[in-house]
Amino acid sequence: MSNDIFVVVEQLKGKISDITFEMLGKGREMADALGGKLYAVLIGSQCAGLADELGKADGVLCVADVRLANFNPTAYKHALGELVRERAPRLLMIGNTSMGMDLAAGVSALLNIPLIAYCNNLRVEEGKIVATAQIYGGKLFADAEATGDQLVVSILAGSFSADAGKATGGAPVEEIKAPLSINGGAGVRFKQLIEPEAADVDITKQDILVSVGRGIQSADNLELVEELANALGGVLSSSRPIVDNGWLPKARQVGKSGATVKPKLYFAVGISGAPEHLEGMRDAGLIIAINSDPKAPIFDVAHYGIAADLFDVVPALTEKIKEAK
Amino acid sequence: MDIVVCMKQVPDLVEELELNDEGTGLNRDYLKLVVNEFDDWALEQALLLKEQNGGTVTCLALDTPEVDTTLFTCLAKGADKAIKIEGDFVGGATSHQAAKLFAETIKTMPHDLILTGVQSVEDLDGQNAVLLATYLGIPHVSVVTGVAVNGKVATVRKEYAGGMLAEFEVDLPAVLGIQAAPQAPRYAPISKVRAMMKEKKINQVTPTDGQVDAGVRIRRLFKPESGRHAEMIEGDANAVAERVVGILKEKALVK
Ligand SMILES: Cc1cc2nc3c(=O)[nH]c(=O)nc-3n(C[C@H](O)[C@H](O)[C@H](O)COP(=O)(O)OP(=O)(O)OC[C@H]3O[C@@H](n4cnc5c(N)ncnc54)[C@H](O)[C@@H]3O)c2cc1C
Repeated sequence: MSNDIFVVVEQLKGKISDITFEMLGKGREMADALGGKLYAVLIGSQCAGLADELGKADGVLCVADVRLANFNPTAYKHALGELVRERAPRLLMIGNTSMGMDLAAGVSALLNIPLIAYCNNLRVEEGKIVATAQIYGGKLFADAEATGDQLVVSILAGSFSADAGKATGGAPVEEIKAPLSINGGAGVRFKQLIEPEAADVDITKQDILVSVGRGIQSADNLELVEELANALGGVLSSSRPIVDNGWLPKARQVGKSGATVKPKLYFAVGISGAPEHLEGMRDAGLIIAINSDPKAPIFDVAHYGIAADLFDVVPALTEKIKEAK
Repeated sequence: MDIVVCMKQVPDLVEELELNDEGTGLNRDYLKLVVNEFDDWALEQALLLKEQNGGTVTCLALDTPEVDTTLFTCLAKGADKAIKIEGDFVGGATSHQAAKLFAETIKTMPHDLILTGVQSVEDLDGQNAVLLATYLGIPHVSVVTGVAVNGKVATVRKEYAGGMLAEFEVDLPAVLGIQAAPQAPRYAPISKVRAMMKEKKINQVTPTDGQVDAGVRIRRLFKPESGRHAEMIEGDANAVAERVVGILKEKALVK
């Protein structure tokens, strides 16, 4: 085993996702602390082009094959797994994203390497890698380590600076042949990408968002929060469960699998503040949260918090805002 | 088509989470467990598929506290069979352990499609669906929000960031990590759950080969020490509203 660090490059439609640069920045720091090299692992149909953006790494390991042109959970797992088996890096960093979820647990089980998921920080302590993971819906953090030498971590988007992982110029590319295990897509075949449906309003372009979560209890109660949004001249958005229940259209969803928003004002009403929600709104200018649970994680990112029943506070607030106008 | 749904009991986040004396795990003495919400969506997806294509649905869970209620609720909602996996889960089970036990059990029963929640609040060492699929050596897709089955192939939709979907064809048997189903999980009235407790039986199995070490050691479990905790606004609803309006005016957010 080496002290090398592998960062798995995530890309969609030929564009490298920010999570990759976040991991390269942090990975650089970790590689320097461990005295190892930093490699970007690129899996796709070709190496040219994308590798030019990966200069933060010491090298790019590129598994190129036409059959890997689009992400494929099982085929990508085998391509990555084979490379990790051969090169035995100390640390494998993967985004805790939709694509990364198939890879991190997959490589961990395939090669029997410990995995720490939901990771939002990494450090080296007396030669050991210590990962901080955000669990129980963000209510607790765990400082954890592998009992052996090697470790896979899946990193929550937004944990590190993406700018720190960007560099001018590329890194030397080593091309690697895809393993036989990807034959037939390893049981999975990519068919198509489906773009999100056009929205009535674009919540990423609003100055004021009033976001509602499961604390609202029923579709009928949404009106209460919509009135607050109207009084403020803002737009109603929501956490994921509201959309999954069919109470609001998908285009109104803030978070990991919805929109990333940065309004001047973000009201979080009855939203707990799960990591997947925070990913989409933590950079809003002013965040005000209303939640009956004083320990709700949303209060860790909000500027102002109101630990109270939304059914009391929201109508009073709507009233006062109307008066103030 | 035989569908297996793997369910996990996880701590109820509505309750206060207490740490053990060492500060390395939860104090499980009075811990309230509930079914992982995404497993509930997986069950809903399984029941919808059964309604469309026929076949059976079997719910599988580790023998953790309150699991009988979870499994009888499965039956009340329309599952055909419920199985609990015996073992010592007093201190909980890691995702790797649970996946391995699910895998060993599933090997001994008919299975065309295995559905489970995309993640749970407790899976520090990774998510069940992909671990399970890899132990079984079969295909997987996680973060799935739509499934259709046609013979030995499933067409599934995986959700990426920003509401983008990717469509895949998957050879069965396969494991899918379910994020959401076309409709919210159905409700089983308590009376029906009670009736199931009288009418039906939960099968028990004890896998002989289910040992695996996740290889992760928790040094310390702690409440986030946020540098940026919100300034809390106290008072009755009117006082709070006054203060918020004051803040918004100051920042020129209400005019
Ligand atoms: C792959 C993946 C992607 C995801 N993507 C997203 C995403 O894009 N966006 C997203 O939001 N989630 C996403 N999630 C889901 C996420 O994990 C959480 O389940 C979700 O954010 C919880 O939504 P919530 O805060 O509305 O509900 P809950 O977590 O149930 O919180 C409800 C809150 O309301 C409070 N409450 C209850 N009653 C009242 C009252 N009367 N007054 C005031 N407060 C009250 C409670 O204290 C609680 O904190 C994703 C999950 C996965 C696995």
